Amino acid sequence: MTKTIQVFDPAMCCSSGVCGTEVDQQLVNFSADADWARNNGALIERFNLAQQPMDFANNKVVRDFLERSGQEALPLILVDGEFALAGRYPNRIELARWAGIATVIEVQPVTGCCSGGKCC
Amino acid sequence: MLFLKQPPRFLFFTGKGGVGKTSIACATAIQLAESGKRVLLVSTDPASNVGQVFGINIGNHITAVPAVPNLAALEIDPQAAAQGYRDRIVGPVRGILPDDVVKGIEEQLSGACTTEIAAFDEFTALLIDSPVTYNYDHIIFDTAPTGHTIRLLQLPGAWSGFLEKGKGNASCLGPLAGLEKQREQYEAAVDALADGKRTRLILVARAQQSTLREVARTHEELAGIGLKQQHLVINGILPKIEAETDPLAAAIYQREQAALNAIPEVLKQLPQDLVALKAFDLFGLDTLRQLLTDTPYQQHGTNESAITVDKPSLSQLVDSIVADGHGLVMTMGKGGVGKTTVAAAVAVELANRGLPVHLTTSDPAAHLSDTLNGTLDNLTVSRIDPHEETERYRQHVLDTKGAKLDAHGRALLEEDLRSPCTEEIAVFQAFSRIIREAGKKFVVMDTAPTGHTLLLLDATGAYHREVARQMDKAHLQFTTPMMQLQDPKQTKILIVTLAEKTPVLEAANLQLDLRRAGIEPWAWVINNSVAATTTTSSLLHQRALNELVEINSVAKVYSKHYAVVPMLKDEPIGVQRLLDLAAG
Repeated sequence: MTKTIQVFDPAMCCSSGVCGTEVDQQLVNFSADADWARNNGALIERFNLAQQPMDFANNKVVRDFLERSGQEALPLILVDGEFALAGRYPNRIELARWAGIATVIEVQPVTGCCSGGKCC
Repeated sequence: MLFLKQPPRFLFFTGKGGVGKTSIACATAIQLAESGKRVLLVSTDPASNVGQVFGINIGNHITAVPAVPNLAALEIDPQAAAQGYRDRIVGPVRGILPDDVVKGIEEQLSGACTTEIAAFDEFTALLIDSPVTYNYDHIIFDTAPTGHTIRLLQLPGAWSGFLEKGKGNASCLGPLAGLEKQREQYEAAVDALADGKRTRLILVARAQQSTLREVARTHEELAGIGLKQQHLVINGILPKIEAETDPLAAAIYQREQAALNAIPEVLKQLPQDLVALKAFDLFGLDTLRQLLTDTPYQQHGTNESAITVDKPSLSQLVDSIVADGHGLVMTMGKGGVGKTTVAAAVAVELANRGLPVHLTTSDPAAHLSDTLNGTLDNLTVSRIDPHEETERYRQHVLDTKGAKLDAHGRALLEEDLRSPCTEEIAVFQAFSRIIREAGKKFVVMDTAPTGHTLLLLDATGAYHREVARQMDKAHLQFTTPMMQLQDPKQTKILIVTLAEKTPVLEAANLQLDLRRAGIEPWAWVINNSVAATTTTSSLLHQRALNELVEINSVAKVYSKHYAVVPMLKDEPIGVQRLLDLAAG
């Protein structure tokens, strides 16, 4: 069963981030990464606060998060409805882990004295 | 009239405010209805006066027109449609999400895009087969969606991502998010638009070079996305007979004929109709019936208008600008009202008084820099080319922000940068560079972002202001472009309009837009006014009387300061003519 990744964006004109005085590098990167992950079978949904506020209001985790930390703390990322990340966008590796996409990094055999690549 | 020959089911009239779309659409509706067809006339003009034309109240539901058998009409108010759309999105979360969040959302949904799409949403049901449309042989629209709207609705990826799953994965589809209708309905509507057997697009213009150039662009844009069945109607042409008695009328006649002779190549291939200028506002069935016939102009007996209204000159307006010795002066308004000319006249007037002035223009013809550069000691002229700026900006973003993306990601970014917002941002950046100069001298510009754009772009400004407030108060050297625009000492905005109903209403909407951004326009300039001339042409004199109604409403309702600029015999090119223009 593929996991659903939900991204709650701050209020903005468009999710690619090209609509500001300064193009946000994070958004440009995430747009490309999300597109890559979708092409590899990930389920990613994006909600823009300015366009789909109901999706923020109807989700208790998101609503509580907004009340506690304010809209400045967005984006918020949920995986299968559970808190996964906030305050920044995930990178390709994180997306791959959540969606169960085999990446080059993960298929590399772990060598050395301990597992997980965190060497002693 | 060629555009009335074998009309298809749907007729769309398009053209900028004030060219007479509504009058021609009404006249067309009457003619078709009186020939026995069942006709529905739909107006989405914000200043819709279709009801007034027929002497009934219409509003947002289909209403039979008693005076014309077979004719019904409907008025869609785009502002109300946009408000309804905002309410649908924001209403349910009011009181649930924090107030500042709600306010931010509303601002995001206050742009021209939203208004346009909301209006399209309202009339899309009329373009498909349904029990409602079944009753009519012809449906006539007095506005057409722009290429931008149609492109948005055509994006196939956009639809599948957006409406099927209801999840936004396509970028820049903002205003579509809260639409009510089904995807199939939009597809059917877009199909109907692109089908030449069902739809005819009638471009309405005036015999002015700049207007015809603009219409040529609209023609190419809409043809490019499939609306190939197009006609051209040039409205309001001064009859030759008027030119025989009055020098102003003679000059206008010659200018119009010259514009017609120099009509852009792409428009030449379209079937073309010419409609003569009429003396009266087109109210009432009889005048409308005459509009599309070749009946020669006849002088009517009239009641002289009782309105007397001051017509201060632009030069008088400049008197109150000079006091501060420096600052930013911007002309704003819809395309074709003469922003560039008014900006140039203000700049020349200031420079002529010995003040240092930088005039910057986005006028594509760039004739300003040719004729003005070096002619006055204190005046420099520069140019912002929106297309160049946009291209440079797009390339810059791709080179910097897109540098590390793979080919696929880069293509995605490139597509996103085709958004119409990109041009606004690019021009805004060029604009920000220049307004810094206004601390030392006068900077006069003929281009500026709208209030809505400014608010959206000010996200960083608001943040910086907050930081500055929290930090040392003595360090408030810091000004963002927005802060500068909000300060009437530093910035004076001149709203330019024409003394006609629709342009005045459009200008009033612009003023509201600016006020939302905390910017109070400083004055209105009514350009190209016949009322400010001493014409003896009886036809022009009638126009002048109609203008007085509009000038009066500007003076009484819209602005404390205003100026009226006369229509001139000669194109206002060069220092002397610009000074004449300012002198009134």
